[in-house]
Amino acid sequence: MSDTLLVSTRKGLFRVRRESAGWVVDGADFLGDNVTLSLTDRRSGLRYAALDHGHFGVKLHRSTSSGWEEIAAPTYPQKPEGLEENDMWGRPLAWSTALIWSLQTGGDDEPGVLWCGTIPGGLFRSEDHGASWDMVRSLWDDPRRLKWMGGGADLPGIHSIVIDPRDSRHVWIAVSTGGIWFTEDAGATWTQRGEGMRADHVPPELVHDPIAQDVHCLVQCPEVPERMWVQHHNGIFVSSDEGRTFTEIANVQPSVFGFPVAVHPRDPDTAWFVPGVKDEKRIPPDGRLVVTRTRDGGKSFETLSEGLPQSHAYDVVYRHALAVDGSGRRLAFGSTTGGLWVSEDGGDSWSGVTHTLPPIYAVRFG
Amino acid sequence: MPRVAFTQNIQRHVTCPDTEAAGACVREVLDNLFAGNPRARAYVLDDQAALRKHMIIFVDGVMIRDRARLSDPVTQTSEVYIFQALSGG
Repeated sequence: MSDTLLVSTRKGLFRVRRESAGWVVDGADFLGDNVTLSLTDRRSGLRYAALDHGHFGVKLHRSTSSGWEEIAAPTYPQKPEGLEENDMWGRPLAWSTALIWSLQTGGDDEPGVLWCGTIPGGLFRSEDHGASWDMVRSLWDDPRRLKWMGGGADLPGIHSIVIDPRDSRHVWIAVSTGGIWFTEDAGATWTQRGEGMRADHVPPELVHDPIAQDVHCLVQCPEVPERMWVQHHNGIFVSSDEGRTFTEIANVQPSVFGFPVAVHPRDPDTAWFVPGVKDEKRIPPDGRLVVTRTRDGGKSFETLSEGLPQSHAYDVVYRHALAVDGSGRRLAFGSTTGGLWVSEDGGDSWSGVTHTLPPIYAVRFG
Repeated sequence: MPRVAFTQNIQRHVTCPDTEAAGACVREVLDNLFAGNPRARAYVLDDQAALRKHMIIFVDGVMIRDRARLSDPVTQTSEVYIFQALSGG
């Protein structure tokens, strides 16, 4: 089991540890700064923290034996002179990293490799533990990219990166909005995946178009990689063929809307979600904060509320703010109103660690 | 030679002492400045070498207009101030 949590917040990266008496906030790095995401590389033990300084731009830091060092942040190539590429709002698209929205380690057979997804849609790969980055031009230059749209932000972005544990060259990414994309050659070529997903916010002829899908979060069961789960703007979808086709799961109470999904590391039928009221409200239904869990591949769901606030709770949980550890028993999630909860029994019950952190963007074990 | 001063707030992230840098326009001054302080470049300019959205530069008390090419002229006695815009929050 993992005894450490890294909690990325609007005002710093907080370390939370399991002590004999329970989970405690142990300290903070980058206190006061906007930390949008972290990554712990279990292959090397290195940690990474993505910061968005606003005025000064997006930065990336890597742990050292005595603290942190700033390393290269992914940088977009020079926009060709004369190229007219506008965003969906008709403004010239800035080829510039606006946000690091996903960070993922490569496979065990490529120890220095990291992947990074950004807004406005660039995917980057590093082979030297983040010291330098190369844009994956095959994806950026794919004319289909121009159909991507803003979803979670004004501009499209890559928020989920999944590496096949059987073959590191196989990589899935998910785009909001732009659906799921797959490469079988480490990014040289890309195919669209995600047949069966449904978007009800687009014209009828686009409802089932894989590129029109607003995937909020994509995860894969490490032990059974054929199984993938998606929390989508429209609901919950599950795939048993590596994301080629998905089946929609309806009638999950209290809501099928949400941002994050976590899957059990060994049991592909067990997954967790944090539901919210869709679209214009985005609050827990009836002010009750709950987690929904399926243990039978989506045939049925349980609503888990023990230890969670059940009255006037308006916590929203972002797509990177729900995590499960390698045991599948410990889970943690953090909210936009600074609440952090941990479960040590697979979600049956939850303990509040703190309710006073800054707005939480991401929660990761490690 | 033009003199350059930075906002105090940037110093917490990267040291940017007041200095002098040659150049007849803002671009030239910044290129010469960042040649000796390369880490500071990405704090002021974006990936396309344009002025970051919420950064602002004054030359002799006048806000520059060309945020993309940084072609605003600079004289040998100019004072160049690199500040944060309040719009960045």
